[in-house]
Amino acid sequence: MKRFFSIFMCLVLVLCIVPLASCSQSGGYEGEVNVYNWGEYISNGDDDSLDVIAEFEKRYNIKVNYTNFETNEELYNILTNSNSSYDVIIPSEYMIGRLIDEGLLEELNYDNIPNYQYIMDRFRHLDFDPERKYTVPYTWGVVALVYNTAMIEEGEISGFSDLWNEKYKDTILMFNNSRDATAISMQLCDPPINPGKKSFTHEDIDRATDKLVEQKSVLKKYVMDQVFTEMENSQSAIAPYYAGDIYTMMDNNEDLTYCLPEEGSNFFIDAMCIPTCCQNKDNAELFINFMCDPEIALANTEYIGYATPNQAAFDMLDEETKNCELIYPSQDYLDKCYIFANIDNDIYSYMQEKFVKACSSSAEVSETTETAKSSPTATIIVCIILAIIIFATLYVIVYDIVKKVKKRKN
Amino acid sequence: MKSKKTSYPYLLWMLIFTIIPIGMVLYYAFTDETGSFTLNNFVNASDYSEVFLYSLLIALISTVICLVLAYPLAYRISRCSEKNQRLIIMLLMVPMWMNFLLRIYSWVLILQNYGPLDMILSAVGIDATLIGNSGAVIVGMVYEFLPFMILPLHTVMSKIDSSLIEAAQDLGGNSLYVLRKVIFPLSVPGIISGITMVFVPTASTFLVAQYLGGTQFMIGDVIERVFQSDHNTGSAIALVLMVVILGFLVFMNKFGDEEAVSV
Repeated sequence: MKRFFSIFMCLVLVLCIVPLASCSQSGGYEGEVNVYNWGEYISNGDDDSLDVIAEFEKRYNIKVNYTNFETNEELYNILTNSNSSYDVIIPSEYMIGRLIDEGLLEELNYDNIPNYQYIMDRFRHLDFDPERKYTVPYTWGVVALVYNTAMIEEGEISGFSDLWNEKYKDTILMFNNSRDATAISMQLCDPPINPGKKSFTHEDIDRATDKLVEQKSVLKKYVMDQVFTEMENSQSAIAPYYAGDIYTMMDNNEDLTYCLPEEGSNFFIDAMCIPTCCQNKDNAELFINFMCDPEIALANTEYIGYATPNQAAFDMLDEETKNCELIYPSQDYLDKCYIFANIDNDIYSYMQEKFVKACSSSAEVSETTETAKSSPTATIIVCIILAIIIFATLYVIVYDIVKKVKKRKN
Repeated sequence: MKSKKTSYPYLLWMLIFTIIPIGMVLYYAFTDETGSFTLNNFVNASDYSEVFLYSLLIALISTVICLVLAYPLAYRISRCSEKNQRLIIMLLMVPMWMNFLLRIYSWVLILQNYGPLDMILSAVGIDATLIGNSGAVIVGMVYEFLPFMILPLHTVMSKIDSSLIEAAQDLGGNSLYVLRKVIFPLSVPGIISGITMVFVPTASTFLVAQYLGGTQFMIGDVIERVFQSDHNTGSAIALVLMVVILGFLVFMNKFGDEEAVSV
């Protein structure tokens, strides 16, 4: 009985590992498409919006397996390290550049995507996909500043340099993500580094991170999604974030307002692509085409709050949104913006490493020394602790053995 | 023989999900990207020593506070009637049915500026920022791990025969003396396992500091971040942490055995 039980338990455990994918055999559908997208990044039927996925399934009788990722890096790890297959992915511009370089994207057949005609001209020739082979833009936007007018007088904020301002000490939030944080600090270095330039050196990154360490003494916190609660509940006064999300925050707290940084800002694009692990390419192209349908694109942009590159959908938007400088900045402003995409792998991992170090160095140190290096005394103390522990463990083990030997002799 | 065979599935499980991952951490910690042997990862890891010490300190303080809070409570519970004991223990467990992140999040709401606690304090005239510092992190940790201290203490204490205590009292020991000479020595195994169950997770936990703390990370957060870009250095840091904790465990167990024997 016991044995059966243990075998049964073992089976249960093993079954846990078997991916549940096998259960999702399409019942009654003619095919399937695996979509991998950011969380909260598609109109899903909440608040009277259109349920885009259900609509697609109804229209084409194709099952959509929709899953989420949180960061571009997570997406990258899944694509390179796992056997799972995705048909449509929606990464950001720098990740697309990297995926193209590493040959992980499939070329699209634009004949199957007639709705591509609606994409604005401005988004048809992009640096990261110069020959326009791999991508169909989904959303775009800029990084802007959001601040609370109950704490900071309206109009007082002019640009990213205010994130270093002593006056707002301990109410400032910053991106908890090396790329966005470094892009901002690069612009503020003296002399400034243009984050849109073609290549970066280690020295550029060093200078940018030093600038970030300088900020630590006035900084409250590094945040990503926490920015919503922090700003909406008036816990912090000022933060940089993505325009579409700032728009959402402003909806939830009347005191909040935005500022397009005078220095120019990061211009980002998320685009739909097909990875090489794709197994249903026709369905994938059908899905991409469907997402470019003006009605669908409109539903998505209204739900997500990010700007759409789809001209037809844009034309159908209400006047208020169309004229919102935050979501659709003027061409003049966009000319000042840059795409922070040309980071090769080596520099990218160096930047990540430096950022974690900057975050983990203590603020007191940063006030006295300029570089984000941990003091040697701390290292020595850790070494001593390690030595003591190893010594103590060895002592205990030896002591045990000696005791046993003695006992045996007796 | 039979019992040995039935344990194979569990051994296999252990092998796949415990031994192999530890082996991978070891492998990554001592190799570079190309797979050749190097100690460079530890040099890189030494940059995070300060965070490391900070985390150990936070863990130590949290553990001490947990012990101080839990000891009298566990003793009091163990002297209740059987029925009440079960009720109180269940009440202690109820918050643990909720997700750990949600509980931390509720602390954020309690401690935040213009939050309930801040309002009360400022009404009394105390103006302080309650969140975004080490104090808040410790509060979160203590709240999070207090049950893990109470439970082992309670288990051990409820087994103490009350006639022993009565005997000590009859023989003229005052309450402090009884505590020192009877209750404390008998509860040492509970203290040991309580300390391990609190110290180990507090030292390595992550997210708590990100929510309740300010810009200062804890080592768990650092490992998570470093792992995103560099498995090798991440493994090196994790390995150092593992060695410290393992050494700590061995030491505690040894200490516990000796004490138990000497009583």
